[in-house]
Amino acid sequence: MSNGWFAGLDPDDDAAAVEQIEAGRADTPEDWPQQAVEAGFADDEAAYYDRLHEVTMAATSAAVAEQEGADDQQLVHAVRAMADCERTANELAERVAEWGGSRYGDSGSGVEYARSLVERDDEDEGDTALRALAEQTAGLADEADSLRAYIERTAPAVAPNLSMLAGPVLAARLISLAGGLEALAKKPSGTVQVLGAEDALFAHLKGNAPSPKHGVIFTHEYVRGTRREDRGSAARALAGKLSIAARIDHYSGDRRSDLQAELDERIERIQARAEEGDE
Amino acid sequence: MTLPAGVERHDFDGETSLATQGQPVYGERTDGDWRRWDPHRSKLGAMLEHGMETGLEGDETVLYLGAAAGTTVSHVADFAGPTYAVEFAPRPVRELLDAAESRQNLFPLLKDARKPERYAHVVEPVDVVVQDVATRGQARVAALNKRFLTDDGRLLAAIKARSEDVTADPADVFDNVREELSAEYELLETARLDPYHEDHLGIVARPRED
Repeated sequence: MSNGWFAGLDPDDDAAAVEQIEAGRADTPEDWPQQAVEAGFADDEAAYYDRLHEVTMAATSAAVAEQEGADDQQLVHAVRAMADCERTANELAERVAEWGGSRYGDSGSGVEYARSLVERDDEDEGDTALRALAEQTAGLADEADSLRAYIERTAPAVAPNLSMLAGPVLAARLISLAGGLEALAKKPSGTVQVLGAEDALFAHLKGNAPSPKHGVIFTHEYVRGTRREDRGSAARALAGKLSIAARIDHYSGDRRSDLQAELDERIERIQARAEEGDE
Repeated sequence: MTLPAGVERHDFDGETSLATQGQPVYGERTDGDWRRWDPHRSKLGAMLEHGMETGLEGDETVLYLGAAAGTTVSHVADFAGPTYAVEFAPRPVRELLDAAESRQNLFPLLKDARKPERYAHVVEPVDVVVQDVATRGQARVAALNKRFLTDDGRLLAAIKARSEDVTADPADVFDNVREELSAEYELLETARLDPYHEDHLGIVARPRED
């Protein structure tokens, strides 16, 4: 059974109610007005609806303010901070695993292993020191998750079309690599295609490496999910649409749902080559 | 066709139009409490103007997907009961909040209609789902939100051909949408919404039993 937004709430706690409207979840709707009355949250259905009106107005107003307050530079800070937290959490997790292995002999690894140590009972000062480090590691990983959630909420407001095509996190990465939405909008799509692959690009320009086919857009399923021979084409097609999306987001802000349809069709044609080749 | 209680044909300076009673929202013409429901601005208004059998009687519980700035949903809240308005884009929601200010039965939600689990903890089972989302996969949105409809509930959807495929013939797009929708819904009536809205299809449907 799922819980309504009012579950466990003090009926007069505005802030908690707003938080529940924004962040709560349920798989299926239920007769919430009746349940709220039965749970003593509201005296009757009329009172429930009055409260629901107040709370949805406040929650929606706050969510709008948060999303509209988001600008591309805030997104750049957030996505860089998320990357820092992830990288540092992983580095510390390696250290924790190495240290933990020396003390307890288990062969765990990664942030999950660090989390498992947080629950351990201390027997001596060494345990305490290691557990404290594991806690910090898990905390950094949690911080990376909450930054990711913030990016997922705000990127669609900053760059709706780019977020639609690339997903919010990749959209934020591209904006970050370019230095801002305007800078991204001004880049040719060939540059967008290799953003994040600067090392490989400069190696190529010095004449001792092949040209990179893709940068961070490799994380997009349309590139990764295309067979190796056709990935360059897929990356070029994706980068082309992402550049157009960034330009619309920067210069007009309109939502253009047809971009997604056009991209889907291009990729479908490129991926169909694999089947044709098999015949 | 009968109009739902609370919706009437009303005379505005010699011109008769659909109307509801409530605070004006988008600069529509008014006469006392009555406010003109402009079918050019509202797909549901166009469906009523076309005489489609929406099954609306008035006082229903409604989930409105794609509420935008609240043009249509404000009229719905004028004649319906509890009305949940879902919209994804923050910019129009500012105006939706203004429309909801004077309507105690209108509950605005900044949510994505493709993610019903993010609002099923707020929205109760409803008699009517109104859908007007200009996104790709409109049949899928309807299928995802079927969980909100009571067994004898109604889906009133306006399908925008250009959102599915800009290059295809709208008639083909509508055929596809009708077919996809038929998996989850029994289609009772469909009609093109011209001349009010070009390349839009109005649909009245009821959920199939699982």
